Amino acid sequence: MPKVSMTVNGKRVSADVEGRTLLVQFLREHQRLTGTHVGCDTSQCGACVVHVDGRAIKACTTLALSCEGANVTTIEGLANGTELHPMQAAFRTHHGLQCGFCTPGMIMAAIDMVNRLGYDLSEETIRHELEGNICRCTGYHNIVKAIQAGAAAMGGMKVAAE
Amino acid sequence: MYAFDFHRPATLRQANSLIGKVEDAKILAGGQTLLPTMKQRLASPAAVIDLSGVPELVGIEQKGRNLVIGAMTSHAEVASSALVRELLPGLAALAGGIGDPHVRHKGTIGGSIANNDPAADYPAGLLALGATIVTNRRKIPAGEFFTGMFSTALDEGEIITKVIVPTGGKFAYAKFRNPASRYAMVGVAVGKKGSSVVVAVTGAGSDGVFRWAEAEAALGKRFNAKSLEGVTNPPAKDLNSDIHASAEYRSHLIGVMARRAVTAATAK
Ligand SMILES: Cc1cc2nc3c(=O)[nH]c(=O)nc-3n(C[C@H](O)[C@H](O)[C@H](O)COP(=O)(O)OP(=O)(O)OC[C@H]3O[C@@H](n4cnc5c(N)ncnc54)[C@H](O)[C@@H]3O)c2cc1C
Ligand code: FES
Ligand code: FES
Repeated sequence: MPKVSMTVNGKRVSADVEGRTLLVQFLREHQRLTGTHVGCDTSQCGACVVHVDGRAIKACTTLALSCEGANVTTIEGLANGTELHPMQAAFRTHHGLQCGFCTPGMIMAAIDMVNRLGYDLSEETIRHELEGNICRCTGYHNIVKAIQAGAAAMGGMKVAAE
Repeated sequence: MYAFDFHRPATLRQANSLIGKVEDAKILAGGQTLLPTMKQRLASPAAVIDLSGVPELVGIEQKGRNLVIGAMTSHAEVASSALVRELLPGLAALAGGIGDPHVRHKGTIGGSIANNDPAADYPAGLLALGATIVTNRRKIPAGEFFTGMFSTALDEGEIITKVIVPTGGKFAYAKFRNPASRYAMVGVAVGKKGSSVVVAVTGAGSDGVFRWAEAEAALGKRFNAKSLEGVTNPPAKDLNSDIHASAEYRSHLIGVMARRAVTAATAK
């Protein structure tokens, strides 16, 4: 079996995988990082979104071997010890989840949105940018609020650090 | 998914030699179409040759009056490229309207046109722009490349390496999205270069992307949305009918999208 090596949440990892092993299987089954979810397995729902080399992608529609040498961040890589990432904290504060199944993908998509579009996101922008993420519970309203607040908090943190 | 062999060449040369050698192999680009179809067994190659490790296939350059876009350039890269936004804003907008952000980070221009989905956006855009598709063997004008639903002029073992897109004309693409899949229910691309006008329609034709000759003739006389007023929409009998829209509705949408595209192309 071919071997794949990549950096996941800052740690070098490698494993023997098959050609058909999906990135999401590699993360969940080989690395035991089960925060990344599989909702549809058909590239529609976004529950499996992770960052590969800084960009949000659907881990159910990516082969593990295609990520040789890549830098991967999953939901588990966001918090600083017990301190939540500002986007995670915003989802909690604004009640941006109910069952929580879509949440890891939502949060990874939200951070990618901030990385590309900045800290000041309009409601319209957020709703448009969430086209690749489906939530069956919340009706999106509080997710949008959470992302707006989380983005602003990320901006505040950056200013504080400077 | 079923088991298959995996190859990841580091250069185009290696990719060329692999595609000639490995039996029953398919090229893997962004995988946004190929992997879902393999999961469903609609495609079942014995091996995939992943081009994601071939840097020479990625990038956007200006060469004379053309933009040259590498086959592995993602939709997100085309949408956000300063060069494309300046020289062909309509093409940047087209790429930015494909799928969702995560699909745009992976999906590539080469993969989209090799697949030639009857509801995809790039085939209509590149047809209207008079682009040229460059492969490891030859150059194919867009007008000869798209040969029908999911079918292209590509031969066995042929790899798209880049797309050459002329700049300097007028171009816009208007799409009525299927709200669930985000593919085009109907999309119309309009391109004008000198006195020649191309109107290309995607999402509607029963055999994939097609040109709308009557609209081209009318716009060739005067390139203005008003010129389309007397033109009859393509007849419903030649169009798709499915759970998303009837052929009659698609016929109507073609007229609407064509007017929007011309209006956008003549703005500024
Ligand atoms: C949720 C979702 C929404 C989408 N919405 C849209 C949309 O709105 N509009 C739209 O146009 N598309 C849409 N797509 C499709 C998307 O644009 C795909 O990225 C694209 O169709 C295929 O590109 P790819 O790079 O992923 O190719 P792959 O899936 O890797 O390959 C597709 C096919 O092309 C062949 N191929 C790939 N590269 C080459 C090459 N260089 N030379 C020769 N053959 C090659 C492969 O062998 C395969 O047969 C959507 C996809 C998803 C999952
Ligand atoms: S599980 Fe990947 S998009 Fe739904
Ligand atoms: S909170 Fe249940 S799917 Fe989004």
